[in-house]
Amino acid sequence: MATAFSAPKLAAQPFNTISPTSQHKPLISPTAASPFLGSTRKLLRLSSSSQLNLRRRSSGSVFAVSDIVKEKKSTSIPSLLITKEEGLELYEDMVLGRAFEDMCAQMYYRGKMFGFVHLYNGQEAISTGFIKLLKQQDSVVSTYRDHVHALSKGVPARAVMSELFGKTTGCCRGQGGSMHMFSSEHNLIGGFAFIGEGIPVATGAAFSSKYRREVLKEADCDHVTLAFFGDGTCNNGQFFECLNMAALWKLPIVFVVENNLWAIGMSHLRATSDPQIYKKGPAFGMPGVHVDGMDVLKVREVAKEAIARARRGEGPTLVECETYRFRGHSLADPDELRDPTEKAHYAARDPITALKKYLIENNLSGEAELKAIDKKIDELLEDAVEFADESPLPPRSQLLENVFADPKGFGIGPDGRYRCEDPKFTEGTAHV
Amino acid sequence: MAVIFQGVGAAAALASSPSNSFDSNKSVFAPRRSFSVRKGASFAVVRSDGTVNLNPKDRRAQLLISNAVATKADSAAASSSSKPGHELLLFEALLEGLEEEMERDPHVCVMGEDVGHYGGSYKVTKGLAKKFGDLRVLDTPIAENSFTGMGIGAAMTGLRPVVEGMNMGFLLLAFNQISNNCGMLHYTSGGQFTIPIVIRGPGGVGRQLGAEHSQRLESYFQSIPGIQMVACSTPYNAKGLMKAAIRSENPVILFEHVLLYNLKERIPDEDYICNLEEAEMVRPGEHVTILTYSRMRYHVMQAAKTLVNKGYDPEVIDIRSLKPFDLFTIGNSVKKTHRVLIVEECMRTGGIGASLTAAITENFNDYLDAPIMCLSSQDVPTPYAGTLEEVTVVQPAQIVTAVEQLCQ
Repeated sequence: MATAFSAPKLAAQPFNTISPTSQHKPLISPTAASPFLGSTRKLLRLSSSSQLNLRRRSSGSVFAVSDIVKEKKSTSIPSLLITKEEGLELYEDMVLGRAFEDMCAQMYYRGKMFGFVHLYNGQEAISTGFIKLLKQQDSVVSTYRDHVHALSKGVPARAVMSELFGKTTGCCRGQGGSMHMFSSEHNLIGGFAFIGEGIPVATGAAFSSKYRREVLKEADCDHVTLAFFGDGTCNNGQFFECLNMAALWKLPIVFVVENNLWAIGMSHLRATSDPQIYKKGPAFGMPGVHVDGMDVLKVREVAKEAIARARRGEGPTLVECETYRFRGHSLADPDELRDPTEKAHYAARDPITALKKYLIENNLSGEAELKAIDKKIDELLEDAVEFADESPLPPRSQLLENVFADPKGFGIGPDGRYRCEDPKFTEGTAHV
Repeated sequence: MAVIFQGVGAAAALASSPSNSFDSNKSVFAPRRSFSVRKGASFAVVRSDGTVNLNPKDRRAQLLISNAVATKADSAAASSSSKPGHELLLFEALLEGLEEEMERDPHVCVMGEDVGHYGGSYKVTKGLAKKFGDLRVLDTPIAENSFTGMGIGAAMTGLRPVVEGMNMGFLLLAFNQISNNCGMLHYTSGGQFTIPIVIRGPGGVGRQLGAEHSQRLESYFQSIPGIQMVACSTPYNAKGLMKAAIRSENPVILFEHVLLYNLKERIPDEDYICNLEEAEMVRPGEHVTILTYSRMRYHVMQAAKTLVNKGYDPEVIDIRSLKPFDLFTIGNSVKKTHRVLIVEECMRTGGIGASLTAAITENFNDYLDAPIMCLSSQDVPTPYAGTLEEVTVVQPAQIVTAVEQLCQ
């Protein structure tokens, strides 16, 4: 859709926080039509601004999608971006993400989970917009802000909640925690605590997919990998190294930047020489796209093209999603540095409210149905918390399990036997 | 095995006579290999238990007559076709092991700088790119952290990569990935993902390579939970360890040494692997246990020659497995000799020797007659000047002195 690549109404420009007092121009005038570009009026208007589109395109953005827009325009009007089922699926996923994170905060303050917990409130559109387009065999690599990526990928809420509580029924048996969500069944390859260290792993997963297709001759292997990371990571060496390698070997990967403008307390604009991250894609030979990350439908359209590109074997794409986190960096962050005006501005662009409005306005759903979904999610979470509460804590014997895939890696003990063969080994009484 | 040192580097590495050869047919300190099948193993595991089939009388007689190192140059070097096996250099042994594994399993791939078209900076991957293609033998850009991470991601999704660090020291740049991801992800994912990666490369002090190219990374990596570390020292164990490392489900770091690539030895034709967790008995003895690995093995054997002439009977064990230690072999030796000398190339502070000293003291304190002596490299960045570099690492003369001191 053209919407993704044009710069409608400065909505795509990052919020300027350098001099908050000089902020006279609201990015979205409150009286304007819904910024949600699902409405047909907007669609028609923007396809006429194809001039703007072309200018932006010269920086190397993905090109194919705007052509699709032009074609669509010639067919029936008005065409909606999603069907009812898709709309409800997206809504449910975003509500699940939001409610789950709110529940996490509650549980944290009640002392059920500890450590660093990073919540995803406000960014749901990106997770839902991208991950709901994937197959089960496609891989997702995330950062420490990974609860919602896990949920979108299909990891049951129960498993994620138990993992947060540190119980043995968690998706990683309680050994990973908030920042290390893994699921081999759903191909969620983490969950990484250090920023940037997941990107090479995602590149490796994409390499695997290409290897399978070309060396192992599994002709139908077109698995795509999505790497999610933030604006702070885009100043890290691993990011650039992987952009280079992915473009060099045309790996089936999409690099998704969740630019929420803040790396804990460091504003993106204070940390980056050129804050427009999408521009860094063409420097490495891949398209760089900027999209409004508070609008799930826009994100979804961009995601469709980027993922399709990767599946066709044309290589990686860099997608910068402008978004915002409603809460602090983590539950330990007092969040004093961010301007309340900025927060209010983005709160007005809440992706869930926007989608709800879109669904109702376009008669895809009604209040009652959406409320029913809300209720269903609430019950699901109650159940998840209950399940996590009742699950057992890991016993001491679990400590030494899973350190090595081949437990002979613990070596040969003084008695001459492999330590792992010692029956007392996993009871925690064996000497390592 | 007949190990003949060739090449300037290797020959010079052993201070004196270049015609040293360890002939396994002369049994003084030869490792006798017995094929023992480990419980549950489906392949022949060769365990060097070093049993010597001579009665003590004969051995002593031989000791007094000739050198401990049987310098039978005439029979040793003669690579007669009647002998079983084939002769090759250490880097060729690594290449052979890698090639065999790549043929055996199409999931095995190689990644590293200059491993493809260039054939590897030490020729360990020579010819593989032509044979297996550019994707299986991947020439990476100079981005250690990222391509090691890429190897880890590939390992998690079903491939078995062998990542080469052109020099072990370069893997310092990959420390983030090796420590955080390679070692830990099997655990933090609750066992869901395995990482069957092999990270290998040449390290150690070379021939005036300067400080940054002469690093011993085994001491830096040894605390990382979840990885295994092995160090090869002969063509035989190089091939065996390479194959075992590739077949292992654990992440393994294989340390090679820059100066040992041109060692020549006759190795068996048949398929064999060396157990990753076992130490190798190089020379059984009675008086003192000398524990060593990699290049220092040759300095120790050099010193052993002198020691034997002086009447000592050192037991030399090449520990091979740097993490975890083979405490069984080491323990048996300590129980026999009651004296331990560790000779390593790591730094004094926090090296493998330091850990080994702690492990032996913890487990076998009652069996020791004297405090454990540990000879390590000096805690200095390796200087360029040849004379200074020589003093940085342990030399055979120091080993002899140490043993004499220990056995008083």
